[in-house]
Amino acid sequence: MKIDILKHNLVPKHEIMSNSEIKKSFKDLDYEIKNLPKIKLSDPVSKNIDAKEGDILKITRDSQTAGTFVTYRVVEK
Amino acid sequence: MNKFIKKIAQINFGLMSPEDIRKMSVVKIETPDTYDEDGYPIENGLMDPHLGVIDPSLKCRSCGFRGGECQGHFGSINLARPVIHVGFGDVIHKILRSTCNECGRILLDDVAIEEYRDKINDLLNQGENLNDLIKEIYNISKKDVCPHCEAEQEDIKIDKPISIIQGDYKLTSSEVREKLEKITDDDAFVLGVNPEVARPEWLILTVLPVPPVTVRPSITLDTGERSEDDLTHKLVDILRINQRLIENMEAGAPQLIVEDLWELLQYHVTTYFDNEASGVPPARHRSGRPLKTLAQRLKGKEGRFRSNLSGKRVNFSARTVISPDPNISINEVGVPEMIAKEVTVPSYVTDWNIDEMKKYIENGPDIHPGANYVIRLDGRKIRVYDETKEAILEKLEPGYIVERHLNNGDMVLFNRQPSLHRMSMMAHEVKVLPYKTFRLNLCVCPPYNADFDGDEMNMHVFQTDESRAEAKSLMRVQEHILSPRFGGPIIGAIHDHISGAYLLTREESTFTEEQALQIIRKSHLPIPKRKNEDWTGKELFSLLLPDDFNINYKAEICRKCDVCLKEDCENDAYVVIKDGQLLYGAMDEKAYGSFSGKILDAIMKEYGPTRTKEFLDRSTDLAICGIMKTGITTSTNDEEIPDEAQERINAHLVMAEEKVDKLVVAYEEGELEALPGRSLEETLEMKIMQVLGEARDKSGEIAESYFGMDNHSVVMALTGARASMLNLTQITACVGQQSVRGGRIHRGYIDRTLPHFRKSELGAKAKGFVHSSYKGGLDPIEFFFHAMGGREGLVDTAIRTAQSGYMQRRLVNALQDLQVKESGLVTDNNGLVIQTMFGEDGVDPAKSDYGKAADLDKIIDEMRIK
Repeated sequence: MKIDILKHNLVPKHEIMSNSEIKKSFKDLDYEIKNLPKIKLSDPVSKNIDAKEGDILKITRDSQTAGTFVTYRVVEK
Repeated sequence: MNKFIKKIAQINFGLMSPEDIRKMSVVKIETPDTYDEDGYPIENGLMDPHLGVIDPSLKCRSCGFRGGECQGHFGSINLARPVIHVGFGDVIHKILRSTCNECGRILLDDVAIEEYRDKINDLLNQGENLNDLIKEIYNISKKDVCPHCEAEQEDIKIDKPISIIQGDYKLTSSEVREKLEKITDDDAFVLGVNPEVARPEWLILTVLPVPPVTVRPSITLDTGERSEDDLTHKLVDILRINQRLIENMEAGAPQLIVEDLWELLQYHVTTYFDNEASGVPPARHRSGRPLKTLAQRLKGKEGRFRSNLSGKRVNFSARTVISPDPNISINEVGVPEMIAKEVTVPSYVTDWNIDEMKKYIENGPDIHPGANYVIRLDGRKIRVYDETKEAILEKLEPGYIVERHLNNGDMVLFNRQPSLHRMSMMAHEVKVLPYKTFRLNLCVCPPYNADFDGDEMNMHVFQTDESRAEAKSLMRVQEHILSPRFGGPIIGAIHDHISGAYLLTREESTFTEEQALQIIRKSHLPIPKRKNEDWTGKELFSLLLPDDFNINYKAEICRKCDVCLKEDCENDAYVVIKDGQLLYGAMDEKAYGSFSGKILDAIMKEYGPTRTKEFLDRSTDLAICGIMKTGITTSTNDEEIPDEAQERINAHLVMAEEKVDKLVVAYEEGELEALPGRSLEETLEMKIMQVLGEARDKSGEIAESYFGMDNHSVVMALTGARASMLNLTQITACVGQQSVRGGRIHRGYIDRTLPHFRKSELGAKAKGFVHSSYKGGLDPIEFFFHAMGGREGLVDTAIRTAQSGYMQRRLVNALQDLQVKESGLVTDNNGLVIQTMFGEDGVDPAKSDYGKAADLDKIIDEMRIK
């Protein structure tokens, strides 16, 4: 039996961002995209959603302070 | 020397070969004397001018620089016989033990040697640590017969620190050196000695480097006598013995004498390196003091590393004992005049302050608002003396810098270790006061975690206008009233301020107009119009509050009744402030205490730091006046209860004990039912703990019912000023169960805590329940259990501070370079993103409402009122 890790309550929602989304979200940022936190290509989550190197994952997780919080990770080897 | 900036490209560690030592040596030292009769250094002596100079008027013979610029040059001593270096005794022993006594090969067959060589190379290529592998090689290479030359092996032992013994024969240093010389470069590599930087035989000294005089300067005493450094003394010893050894050898003296001298030389060289080596008697000065040689200079807390390289000392700082002063503002610090005259502020002379500066210079260094130094336009610093005063005053013009004494109103940094959070260093305004302690307002004790049982604190004086301005806007005490830890006030009333405010504002306290005006006057508040009737304490307190201030809350003295009567609360615990008037409720810890002051918190958030500082300063004054009108005192009489109460408590405790006995009987007869997830024994323990806990609480309640608010101990406990009701009931009624490791006490003898009990007895008394009160006194058994519990408490706190300290250190190291940009972005010093929004919600906890961005209930309330 294979467990779908994405459904586990401790795994937050991961989405691969499309180019248009990236353009919209990072329109006026004060940092370089390569400086975002990383996620391994071999990470179970990135394998599970078929992310490719260079993709940006949008992670929506519950936050104690802000309710929900959106953060990003760059997929790297 | 100062003209070069050199970058370190790499550092290599290795041994110095005798050739290296000779190459770097500028002079061979041969004479054990330092200076001749005229006081000039002797050539080839230990103070040879080639070794460098200290006196700035002399030129160095080696490099031509003057004293101060010449960093010194090494010399060398040719030792008549080789000598073992103390630091390497262990290494030499290990190498000899792992190699053949005859042929010097490693005691492993060729295959194994090759295998290990490959392993070492692998680790080197991966840049990993070799230690474990080398240790393994040393452990495995032990054989009775050499696999290469088939010679039988004798045991090689070490008599620490430096005697190498083969079988029963003590090897001489020369023999050790010969053995080491036999080891091939390839074998040495496998033994962990890299042939590119070291050879095994270099572990034995044949030449001794002599450090430059700058390393061991001689001191000229007031009497004109020269006193030499410990290292120089030791080098003299070495040279003297070395010289005698040479003479004896040349004269063909008997072997015995030569060997004795050789041994002595070995001793001197050993103590020259390390005078605390175990098994070697320390070399002593003539006075009997052990010499401080090379290892002692580096080692330990007072050594070069911990004291000089890691420890930084600063100028313009002061440290002394602290003591309280409720009459100064929270923003101020009382500085003793003695200190104010020592630490200075550099101030530029301008057309506008020149007269003031002249007055300072006229006062000189000994009269308080004076000056210690003046810096001229050309940058020269001149000390202000009575003799130089006139000349300086004449020349003083705008552009000069006067290092004037610290004076009232100057900004200084004030700090108490351990500096665990940012409130441990705050900027205060100076108030120069008599006597010799730093004075601080009691409200700033909590952030510094200071008390006055002998605590000392440090003060630093800012030296530039930029630092002063920055500190004033960021580090002032009033900017830190709200803690970023929990979004509430950390600076606030403690102890007597709280009980004082309660005594002032409680229901029955009224004052005649005369008394009231006296209090107002003493509290530095604006004098209000007379109203020709008595004042209540609440009216007095209202004078402190802003006119449009509104707040409702439940005070600390609230008894948490089932149905809250609000304004009609019989304890006066429901506080209502409307339009700056305290209508209901008494002031206590919840009002303006540190950590929980609601009014303080609200004023800070609505009116800002300056108004809050004013509120705190004035309320301090007022509370002290309040406490002085009523007076407060406490003694064991406060914990007195009538006999009838004592009887009720005793009856109750007896009942509880019977209950425990019943539980035990039920357990023994197997009638007790286990709680889910617990064993029968655990269930019994839990139930007994519960019964005894209730017993103590109940006896406390009985005692409490006899206490009233006219009892000062109770006032202090209930208002949150100090102590708790638990403390009081423990004194009065019953101390309760003592615990070790979170449960009842079980340890001690086999199956029982003390021989006074039967084995496996489970009753209350046998397992550490203390029926007595502190006031009534404990019996010996109770006292013993109490000491057990008390000791555990002490041990725990000691361990907790060490653990949390280390945890904090690791956290600080991980987070220290993070920065928050205006957009809320958090990055590290490489620009890597840590968080795209600070704390995920972008809220500064110090400006938040107890951690939340906003208090919605309060905002809605405010809107309703409008």
